[in-house]
Amino acid sequence: MTERSPAIGDQRVALVDLLDRVLAGGVVIAGEVTLSIAEVDLVTVSLRALVTSVSALMENQDDR
Amino acid sequence: MAAEHHCVWLYAVTDDVGALPAGELAGIGAREVRALWVAGLAAIVSDVDLDEVTLRRNLEDLDWLESTARAHHAVIEAVGARCPVVPMRLATVYSCDAGVLTMLQDRAADLRDALSGVAACSEWGVKAFAAAPADPDPPEEGAVSRPGTAYLQRRRAQLSSHTHARHEAMAGARAVHAELSRLSVSARLYPPQAPGLTGQTAPMVLNAAYLVADERVDEFAATVNDLTGRHRSVRLGLTGPWPAYSFVGGHDRGDRP
Repeated sequence: MTERSPAIGDQRVALVDLLDRVLAGGVVIAGEVTLSIAEVDLVTVSLRALVTSVSALMENQDDR
Repeated sequence: MAAEHHCVWLYAVTDDVGALPAGELAGIGAREVRALWVAGLAAIVSDVDLDEVTLRRNLEDLDWLESTARAHHAVIEAVGARCPVVPMRLATVYSCDAGVLTMLQDRAADLRDALSGVAACSEWGVKAFAAAPADPDPPEEGAVSRPGTAYLQRRRAQLSSHTHARHEAMAGARAVHAELSRLSVSARLYPPQAPGLTGQTAPMVLNAAYLVADERVDEFAATVNDLTGRHRSVRLGLTGPWPAYSFVGGHDRGDRP
């Protein structure tokens, strides 16, 4: 059986699927403001946070 | 209290005057979402407080990343439900409205191309997981004389059954991707998600996005169901419709998983 999950209008969009798209998809235009700390841009930092926070993520998903 | 340092967060670009729903649409930090028009294009934006988005605790905070990603997505899907939309990557930020308008003018041709590329289409995600391998048959009674040998034989059979299942799953994923690519306008492959992130113990062997024309969506979904029946080596999951995140950045069409 195919598991089918809605993406529109539903909070059950899996965070991992959403992050695939908003961090690696979308039009990339260098904004005027790079959200950065110590020259590491936001997206890089966020990805590191994602990878190192697997347990936090799983707890979040279990809540849903 | 320190003065807030406002910046402008860009969600998406569209060309439809009806892009924003009547009434307020709330963006990141519950700020009101606005449309900035120039050259027949509208940038969907809201103000953000720069201090709030650049604080180190935010950058390292997965809860912040999740709520920001969901707020970004919620605005894009609200607009995308009304008209074709080109989503921006998360964290595209300008210092003021004028910066957004200059970008719109400079990139107008590209953005119009991207808009026409995703009009009357939606994005669908398909993930395939390797199906659990069947347990190998136990060796026949009396066929093995020594317990150590029996263990080694059992272990070898088990390993070869796992390797076989993995190879079958990869082949299944390639077949699924080839068939779904034929039904779609475009396809894109993402790296498989780590087992710790998917909540599944089975390895992911395909993480793909497909841009599907509106009139073929039913056929696409039916085909995913049908493929599940035909390829026992994989378990398929379908998500969507998504705004066309994966098909606006000029990426190549993915050929093989």
